[in-house]
Amino acid sequence: MEPQSCVNIHKEWDIVGARQLGREMAKKLGFGTVDQARIATAVSELARNIYLYAEKGQICFEIIDNIEHRGLCMTAVDSGPGISDISQAMQDGYTTSGGLGAGLPGVKRLMDEFDINSEIGEGTRIKAIKWVR
Amino acid sequence: MDSKFKQLVIDNSDSIVQKWMEEIGSLKSGNYTATISDELYEGTNREFVNVIFTSIRNQGSTKAVEDFSEKIINLGWPLSYITDGLQVFRRVSTEYLLTQSDEMDSTYFSNVLTSVDNWVEPLIRELVNEYSGSWEHILSLQRVALQELSAPLIPVMEGITIMPLIGTIDTERAKLIMENLLEGAIKHNSEVVLIDITGVPVVDTMVAHHIIQAAEAVRLIGSTCILVGIRPEIAQTIVNLGIDLSNFPTKSSLKKGFTKALEITGRHVVDIEVKENNIEQLIKSIQGE
Repeated sequence: MEPQSCVNIHKEWDIVGARQLGREMAKKLGFGTVDQARIATAVSELARNIYLYAEKGQICFEIIDNIEHRGLCMTAVDSGPGISDISQAMQDGYTTSGGLGAGLPGVKRLMDEFDINSEIGEGTRIKAIKWVR
Repeated sequence: MDSKFKQLVIDNSDSIVQKWMEEIGSLKSGNYTATISDELYEGTNREFVNVIFTSIRNQGSTKAVEDFSEKIINLGWPLSYITDGLQVFRRVSTEYLLTQSDEMDSTYFSNVLTSVDNWVEPLIRELVNEYSGSWEHILSLQRVALQELSAPLIPVMEGITIMPLIGTIDTERAKLIMENLLEGAIKHNSEVVLIDITGVPVVDTMVAHHIIQAAEAVRLIGSTCILVGIRPEIAQTIVNLGIDLSNFPTKSSLKKGFTKALEITGRHVVDIEVKENNIEQLIKSIQGE
């Protein structure tokens, strides 16, 4: 595994920074333009969720490169209020902030693998992987 | 006591400067200034130490300090150059003053420290303020510049207006887009408003949400909004995200959107050449007779 690089999310503009890093790493790994856009969009969603709900957090990128497959793994970690009902949050159209409610389910569809852990009062940890085809 | 130290430092400025230059020179290798040419570095160091001594001699002369910090900014050197330089100066002159005296009790020691601090600290404060102040100034200018090119609205034809969007859309900009769009649509009496997102790098749910809201608001004031410039990869991410854009027309390019807008306003493009050809033929036929 390659060493990971992280972006702290504190301000709205940090979302742009995270997105750019994600896109750059995706480009380096050899993803096509469509997958680059998918990854950038997914990073944007996760970073915005951190900014909107937890205010502070971190997004880390890791390159997975072994014999079986290559891919980009991103982990979004925050110590915000947590999600009380994950299955509800994963439904299309469910939102608590007046948005479209397509963020989390959208990220799941944009990426190949998706894993979410959340504890009330502890924070949320989302891990998503996209494989190079 | 203080004036005595001051006199001592000023009288022996040569040896202090020499020591300072040596220390600063040794800082150069292996840090941020490594790529700077030796001549420029030495010249600037000399200027720096002159500024320090001028300010010690007559406290309150700010012109030299201002000029110097401006020069450092123009050179693009980091703030740590200034702080490092003054830190070294503090150490060198304290050491010098201590070696000049046989008294070694703690009062003398603390007196030396206090007076050197009194010279250096206002200088640090001033230089750092100047430096960061000018960065803040640049930043605020850029923010204003960004705001200016944020959401322009271009009336291209009677009833047709285009809003090209370039770059990242954040909450503040989204608000501006909505305001400009509605205000402009009413002002120009637009029947059709084209929003061009060719230059928007990523369309996530927030951006889509703002565009949908803007389009809905445009619909409420009686105009039609067409979203144009949707690149293939953006189209795919929008579908993946499950965003519903079926409520208003979308086109892949501005050209197609404009044709559609002409259609809505009851116009279409006619080639002039065909007419010219006809006229030429007419003339020929007349000449032939």
